[in-house]
This record gives sequence, C-alpha cells and structure tokens, in this order.
Amino acid sequence: MSARRLAEQQPDSFEFTPENKAWLDRQIAKYPPGRQASAVIPALWQAQKQHDYWLPQKAIEKVADLLGMPYIRVLEVATFYTMFNLEPVGKFFVQVCGTTPCMLRGSDAIIEVCQKRIGEQRHVTADGLFSWLEVECLGACCNAPMVQINDDYYEDLTAESFAKLLDDLAAGRPTHVGPQNGRNRSEPLGGLTALTEFYGADGKSGPLSDPAAAAQPAHPGK
Amino acid sequence: MLQDKDRIFQNLYGYGDWGLAGAKKRGAWDNTKGLIEKGKDWIISEMKASGLRGRGGAGFPTGLKWSFMPKPDPARPSYLVVNADESEPGTCKDREILRNDPHLLVEGCLVAGFAMGASAAYIYVRGEFIWERERLQAAVDQAYDAKLIGKDNVHGYPFDVIVHHGAGAYICGEETALLESLEGKKGMPRLKPPFPANMGLYGCPTTVNNVESIAVAPTILRRSAAWFASFGAKNNAGTKLFSISGHVNKPCNVEEAMSIPFRELIDKHAGGVRGGWDNLLAVIPGGSSVRCVPAHQIIDTPMDFDSLSALKSGLGTAAVIVMDKSTDIIRAIARLSHFYKHESCGQCTPCREGTGWMYRIMQRMVEGRAQKSEIDLLFDVSKQIEGHTICALGDAAAWPIQGLINHFRPVIEARIDSYTARADKDAVKVAAQ
Repeated sequence: MSARRLAEQQPDSFEFTPENKAWLDRQIAKYPPGRQASAVIPALWQAQKQHDYWLPQKAIEKVADLLGMPYIRVLEVATFYTMFNLEPVGKFFVQVCGTTPCMLRGSDAIIEVCQKRIGEQRHVTADGLFSWLEVECLGACCNAPMVQINDDYYEDLTAESFAKLLDDLAAGRPTHVGPQNGRNRSEPLGGLTALTEFYGADGKSGPLSDPAAAAQPAHPGK
Repeated sequence: MLQDKDRIFQNLYGYGDWGLAGAKKRGAWDNTKGLIEKGKDWIISEMKASGLRGRGGAGFPTGLKWSFMPKPDPARPSYLVVNADESEPGTCKDREILRNDPHLLVEGCLVAGFAMGASAAYIYVRGEFIWERERLQAAVDQAYDAKLIGKDNVHGYPFDVIVHHGAGAYICGEETALLESLEGKKGMPRLKPPFPANMGLYGCPTTVNNVESIAVAPTILRRSAAWFASFGAKNNAGTKLFSISGHVNKPCNVEEAMSIPFRELIDKHAGGVRGGWDNLLAVIPGGSSVRCVPAHQIIDTPMDFDSLSALKSGLGTAAVIVMDKSTDIIRAIARLSHFYKHESCGQCTPCREGTGWMYRIMQRMVEGRAQKSEIDLLFDVSKQIEGHTICALGDAAAWPIQGLINHFRPVIEARIDSYTARADKDAVKVAAQ
C-alpha cells in the first residue's frame, strides 16, 4: 500500500469547464440508470487533466456532488488509485517505470538522469517544467526501459536519448512518442521474424503494409 | 514454427491499418452473423473443443467459464467484462491487441456476449494506457457506425460495448476487484462465493475474461476448434502471444504455437540470449507472479501450462523475463517484492503486513545484511501469506521469493558471508583506532 494525503496548499474552488461537464454527462450515460458512481474514475481523471494534472480537494468534492456520492467515498477512490496526483506536479510529469523488466534493461540509468536533472522524487523544478516519480510496471516491458510523460509513453530509452528528450520538452521542440530506437511498436529490432508474408521483413513492403495507418499519431482520440 | 497464415493477430506490430477496413481485409467481422446463427450451444461447445485456456494467467478453460452463466432473465441483465487491466510485470501483449488489432476484441465481445446471453460488454482498460484506450474507443465507434454492434445491428443481437478505465491499481486485474472498481469503489477483491457468474457487476451475472481470450474467439469459431487444437501439446492447445523481455538481444512480442521449446522461442524471435546461451542465469516464464526457473531447467522446456507447472512455476500470462549472468538475482526479486508491497490493497492483514515485511527482509538480503537463519524465516513467512488472503496477490507476492530461495539459496548465503566478512574487517579497524 502507499500512504497518500491531500496537499496542504489547496485552491478555494473547482468547477468543471462546460465542455468537461458535457463530457462527464456523456460518460454517466454509458452506465445503467442509478449506477452513475461507475463514472467516478473517469470524472476524477478529467478533473485532474483540467487542473494542471493534479487533484485538489474541491475537485473531489465537486465530483462527489455531481455523482451523488458521499465525499468520503470519492476521497477513498482518489487516495486509492495512484494515478491521481494529490499534489502539484511539473508541466511535464515524468513517471519512470522501475519494476524488474525495466530494471534489467537499465532503468537505473534513467532514474539517475532524473535525479541529476530534476532532483528528488515529487520535487517540482523551479521553472515548473518537471517533476518525476518512480512507478510500478507500466506494461511496455518489451520496450524497456521506458517512461510515461503526462499521457505519452516514450520507450526503448537510453540515458542519452532520455536526456535529449527532456531537453526537447524543455525547449518546446516536438518529440517522437513511442520507441526511441527506430522500432514501430514491440516487434524485434532490425527485421520481423513473424508476419513477414503480410508486411515483409521491414514491415513496410508487404501486401498488407499501410504506412499511413501504421504511423503513430500523437493521440488517436483527438 | 507457426506459419503466418495461422497467426490470429495479423497486425500485431501495427504495420497495417488498425481500422475497420484493414481489420476486414485481414478477416475480422467475416460472416459474424453466420457464427451467431449457429447458436449459443454451438459456440460454447466449439470453444470447449478448441481447448482454449484463459490467457489472463490462471489458464481456466474459456468455454467452460462461459457455460457457467445462468439462463438469461429479463429482470436481471448479464454482462461480459473484459479485463484489459494489463499490469503484471513483464506482460505487454494486450496492449498490442488494443492498439493494433482492436476489432478482433470488439468482434470477440459480441460473439462471447451472445454465447453467454450478455446485454453489454464493459472493457476495463488500465488507466496508463491512454493512447490504447482512445484507439479502442475509435474502433468501438467504427463498429457502432457500421451497425456491427449496438441496439439495432446487422447481427440481430442487441449488444453494447463500453470502454471503461482504471487509474493505476494492479489489484484491479483481479476479477472481483475489477468489478468493484467498475462500480466506482476502491479496487478491493470480494470474497467468493458468490462467484461473478451469479453475482457480478451491479449484482448481475457476469463473466470476466482476458483481452486475448476474447479476441481469439471469433477466429477459432471461423477456422474451427480442430484447427486451434492442432497447435500445442495436449491440454495446452492453441497459439499464444509471448512477451519476451529482459536480457535477450531483441525483446519483442510474438504469437507462437503453445508448447514451443524455450530455446526455439528465444532464438527465432528474440535474437538469442544476450551473451549466448551459456550466459543465461534464470527465467521468469509467466509474469512476475510465478517462480523463477534456473537456466538448465528451462532451456529445453516446452512453453505451456503443464510443462511449466511441473517445474513449480507457471505459464501465467506468457510474459518471459530473461535474466543473464550479470543479473543481481536477489535485487531482481527484491524489486518485485517492492512491487507487491506497493500494490497490496491492504484488505487482508497477511498481505498488507506481510508484503512490507518480506520487502524489508529482501532489501537486507540484497546487501547481505542478514542472518542465514532469516532465509528460512523469510520462506516460512511467505508460506504464512500464501493461501491466507482473499485474492491471489498474497500468493503472487510469496512465490517469487520462494522460487529465489529454492533455486538460489547459495547466492543469498554468499552475499551474507561477504557482508559479514566486510563487517568483521571494519570492526577490527575500529578496535585498532
């Protein structure tokens, strides 16, 4: 278990934007009548995204009011699920996977870059740009080591490519989401060993290859 | 080696079109109506005959699970819940299905939902998979627009598919914790019985299945149970997604026939073990929750449920974590102990207290700052946790440590000896000053 508390400094109020309120109403409609509590995680997540990626107490209470739940039930959910940040984070919130598969592939070096570049865990840099946290398995083990920065996975990192990634983010340069070593997804590096009949050994020359569809847009939902 | 035409996930690497047009080109949504017209009993008996065992880790026969659902009752709907809360360390196969072949999953939901009389499927995607969730939602939207699913669809069986998500709790991969989470509560596992098939989501009959189990179903039904059963050893049928990570030259996900020998799997697809086969130390063959197996035992073992159980390990999710001789095996397992300590939901005392207790001892074992008698004590504590909790997280926390002690006790002892030797030298220095 991880002990999690609300931040000491809290804003005075929280309101969903009209777009997010409408979005939340659509989420609630997905569940059977009377089961609107099912939308609590999506609601808190949207609140967090709206509020600079962290969740203040007023947002928790607002979600409880909107879903007709007692405050304590929503507070329980907010403190139980570790993706809810209960204190401010950097504009680029770096979550480094440190679980064994990533550790075997060199997550120690990634963590070292974070310590040098950003400082202690949970510490937000003076310019507000970065904070970092070591987290448990993010489920991209064939692309280890990897980090999640806000919504995006950056995979197949080295200390050098990760340091450059942080530089690019700080300078506002565009970054390439996904593997940083030329892989498309989680195929073996340097040529396919399966599905070659459909895509060729390079993935791009077979009858089913579709480069436009294969390109990974920043976010398919947008 | 499995031929490409027999691979179910034909867009595993995302080089093709993930969308409806691409999926149809690869054979998805082909004559789904014909499958449904053959009836529930036919689908369930085909699934039983195919020998498919659940792909989420436990390996329970999928057809049998579907048959447990009670007869549909108009007053109480039934649900299919798809467990896409993929968080077992080492496992990253469902992610590829969600983002590269999502239509196989959506079609599987319809077919499986029909077979068990469910009115809707809820797909619970782990919170971190934001990109994958958006992709899946886009596929679901395509299926609704094409009237493949929904209240009034071309298959004549009204069925909804709803994409839901979590927020970073490993425990929600346990089926009853997942249901609690889906109902808007903390993800704490429920006592069983009642089982979800009788009292599941919202108190209604529910079946919870892994993404891969559901996504392979339509292809099995189209190509026949006999085709699927022709791969793998007896009682371990089919093709399987393997996630190969750790110290191999080319980590990757790959679909292979069950029962493929470990050496062949690694040589063919992962470019061999880093530094050659002589450099292999140990393998965790089924995700972090199974016991590790030393090199000489696993090299020629068929990768399936029964062969790995015989080694006191398991196929689990077929997440193969390879460790070469540069690995600090004590630290590798200690990091898993940290994982389980972090992810324990805190409901049962043996797990809440025990996972922290084991982690603290493991930390000292990494340094060697321990007594040799504590190795037996640690083993004993792990046995006290195993089997004494509501869900299997307690077991999962205990097994990696038991595997370490069973196979690598001399390494732990040598670490303690070297620490003690250093400590003695330091003690002399202090005395001399």
